[in-house]
Amino acid sequence: MPGQLLFSSSSKQGSSCFVTNRSVMVDKCVGKSVPRKEGWEKVTGAALYVDDIVKPDMLHGATIRSTISRGKIDRITFEGDIPWDEFVIVTADDIPGENSTKMFVGEQPVLAKERVNHPEEPIVLIAHADPYLVRKARTQVKISYIEETPCLSIEDSLNKAPVVWGEDNLFKTIRINKGDVDAAQSEAEIIVEGEYFTGASEQLYIENNGMIGEYDAEEGVTVTGSMQCPYYVHPALCAVFNLPKNKVRVIQSDTGGGFGGKEDYPTIIAAHACLLAMKAGKPVKLIYDREEDMVATTKRHPSRTIIRSGHKKDGTLVFMDVDFALDGGAYMTLSPVVLSRGSIHAAGPYRCPNVKILGRAVATNYPPHGAYRGFGNPQSFFALERHMEKAAKQCGLTADEFRRRNFFREGDLTATQQVVQDRVDMRELLDQALEAADYHNKRERFKKENEGNPVKKGMGIAAFFHGSGFTGGGEQKMASIAGVEGTKDGKVRVLAASTEIGQGAKTIFSQIVADALKLPYDMIEVARPDTDDVPNSGPTVASRTCMVVGKLIQTASLALKQSLVQEGGLDEDYTPEQFAQACKDYVARNGKLRRYSQYEQPANIVWSDETYVGDAYGAYGWAIYVAEVSFDTRTYEARVNDFVALQEVGKVIHPIMAEGQVQGGVAQGIGYALYENIVWKNGRMMNGQMTNYIMPTAADLPVIRVLFAEQPYASGPQGAKGVGELPIDGPAPAIINAIEDATGVSVNQIPATPEILMKEMEAAGVC
Amino acid sequence: MSVKKHYSFLVNGENHTVESYPANRLLDVLREDLRLTGCKEGCGEGECGSCSVFLDDVMVNSCLVPIAQVQGRQVRTVEALSSDPLGKILQEKFLEHNGAQCGICTPGMLVAAITLLRRNSQPTLGEIQDGLAGNLCRCTGYKKIFDAVADAAQVAREQGVLEGGKA
Repeated sequence: MPGQLLFSSSSKQGSSCFVTNRSVMVDKCVGKSVPRKEGWEKVTGAALYVDDIVKPDMLHGATIRSTISRGKIDRITFEGDIPWDEFVIVTADDIPGENSTKMFVGEQPVLAKERVNHPEEPIVLIAHADPYLVRKARTQVKISYIEETPCLSIEDSLNKAPVVWGEDNLFKTIRINKGDVDAAQSEAEIIVEGEYFTGASEQLYIENNGMIGEYDAEEGVTVTGSMQCPYYVHPALCAVFNLPKNKVRVIQSDTGGGFGGKEDYPTIIAAHACLLAMKAGKPVKLIYDREEDMVATTKRHPSRTIIRSGHKKDGTLVFMDVDFALDGGAYMTLSPVVLSRGSIHAAGPYRCPNVKILGRAVATNYPPHGAYRGFGNPQSFFALERHMEKAAKQCGLTADEFRRRNFFREGDLTATQQVVQDRVDMRELLDQALEAADYHNKRERFKKENEGNPVKKGMGIAAFFHGSGFTGGGEQKMASIAGVEGTKDGKVRVLAASTEIGQGAKTIFSQIVADALKLPYDMIEVARPDTDDVPNSGPTVASRTCMVVGKLIQTASLALKQSLVQEGGLDEDYTPEQFAQACKDYVARNGKLRRYSQYEQPANIVWSDETYVGDAYGAYGWAIYVAEVSFDTRTYEARVNDFVALQEVGKVIHPIMAEGQVQGGVAQGIGYALYENIVWKNGRMMNGQMTNYIMPTAADLPVIRVLFAEQPYASGPQGAKGVGELPIDGPAPAIINAIEDATGVSVNQIPATPEILMKEMEAAGVC
Repeated sequence: MSVKKHYSFLVNGENHTVESYPANRLLDVLREDLRLTGCKEGCGEGECGSCSVFLDDVMVNSCLVPIAQVQGRQVRTVEALSSDPLGKILQEKFLEHNGAQCGICTPGMLVAAITLLRRNSQPTLGEIQDGLAGNLCRCTGYKKIFDAVADAAQVAREQGVLEGGKA
């Protein structure tokens, strides 16, 4: 791998950059761990999240939801010792425009009217000035139903038992075909078959969802709140309130984590807060408590994957036949695109001449499943990387040698027949990761030590990749715009709707602009995402903020400089002071100085939504993760002792933040693999509490060791690709592979809680 | 609901009197009555630690403390940390090591870190892990927080803000 640099960003390196960057004015900023833009507000408690904001005369709202999974609404009554005449009450009849969230086919109502299709579906909204009274009143709205038979599993949905959506319960079907799987059957000397299951999981951002709605007959509606995608909320509010674009304003408040969970659902909460505000004639705050957030908002799609693969005796892949199914819940929402990403990646980073992938997202009567970091890939890579483990065994090869023989080589074709352009050699990444994890020595040692020991240790590998940005033609369709502004104070202000949700968007944008304009980091500001002020740079999803939007602001920065040089008399070889003065002069003379850039598809990207053939993504991140796990045969607990995460994500803009993104993603992946279990009863989540939905604490995790290999990507800002989602794709299969290495038992479902592991181990006669 | 009463207590060194139901949560009184919104509600049941504050120098989950129990006592919140030498060092180290990502758990995490370092000025990694295990963070995987706390401990010892050894 020529030119590939491997490094680990130690804390020491970060602290020296910290000082360097403050004293040396126009040092290069990208590649250094500068202080987080909004960091000081966060460590002093000054940052304002939605629940910290108070508006004059504000009321507090609450949502009354369905308690059944499917049926007709019979009667709504307002009971108890509640002064109902003091309350503002909203139902579907109060919606002035469309009763739709405007996501895809738009069949999801903002408020259920005659029937409900899942538990926790919003039906009635109430508001009052006294939040304590609201809490009490919420329990006194009684709704009766005429119940219908729900559909509550992927299998039932595929069997149309019963049909609950459209004619066949299918939200979306995707077929990817490469070569000829049927014809290749006879060439295979070894056939491997497996079935794999993953459960739903909760994003569990620590800040619950919330919005403040305001309404003014002249100005229209304004909503302020916790969100990832202001321009998803904006068109939905235009439709719900039947208002033109300039009468709807969406403002992001400081947001305490998202991970996909604040991609589409905030649209519903925004509409609710504004409907109450319109009826009340006062601002209304609608904040979910933890339980409401957990049970009512979206979770990761549960999945079931059947893989059948054919191999030569030496292990090389002859064909792969993948049947990938996702439970979409009651409404389509984002399921088609989650399915798309998961299906495209389902054959993994492996060279295989014949591939058939059938992807289906099906309707059930669970609350709609939605975006969660990884977006379909954690599901398909769990299945694939467990299957590769099985195939290795059946072919008589070790896990690493089997993968080494099958990895893509430069110029190979992916499942969608995209030529792999990234000059990344997975074999070399594998060697480096195994060495860092001391994989071979440890395996050998564990084999001896496990003998007669109640605690058994093992090592597991996962190999995977993750496309950066929207799938296929998504970026072209979105045609995002971002910009920069030279301010009257002589600073440069980034204009983008891309939200800071903890991932560091404000910081990396500032770094990119600082370098593009050869200015110090401190001269760059980032505008708060507010649809009255910033253009639509697209949603903050799909590992696209750095690669796609970062590139746009880099280009816009150059246009800004050009204007100052050509129209503002700025010398090409300016100092920061001269640049600042030129901005001030320009604004004083001409008014606002704003320059924008719009996304243009690189010419070499060709994709067909009809055939699913072509360049599914402009670039991919590549990774090998290695887990060391111990399994206690007395308590059935699995624990991750060591974790090595090696990835290639292009140029690393901010080493410490990128490392933090990977560690955070791996931590969520460990939770997904072992702890985070949702207990369902008739389609309702029964454990909507942090007490009984178990996410990893500081004491549960190993130190996650992060390594980057860097191969700059030509179309990314200074060579950067996406990093946010990749880290959650690999931990679960690596961990479950390690459990198999430790015990010999093949577990094919997650979360592998002690209860599940007990069942599997007892069935295999291990414990 | 019972009747509202007056409660007086110190918050960050200042006297405050509020009229409140006795069972109202300290968290709500701080956030709503006194507009000190640095402490956050993450779960409302004492699991996540985002609402951590000091009550007479002991870390508590303010979502689990009824205001009646605060009468005549001292509360310190994240808003006062910058004036505490150890608090200031921790804030700087959290910033430097990227220990705060989305920032919502940070105020509580800082309170937990101060509590830990006051008890043990030279914690091992395992002791830091245990010391912060009552405060949930979904962004970082905790490593950057461990780095910040370990570094802050060293700086605080060097500056004489913390004693050299274990208490």
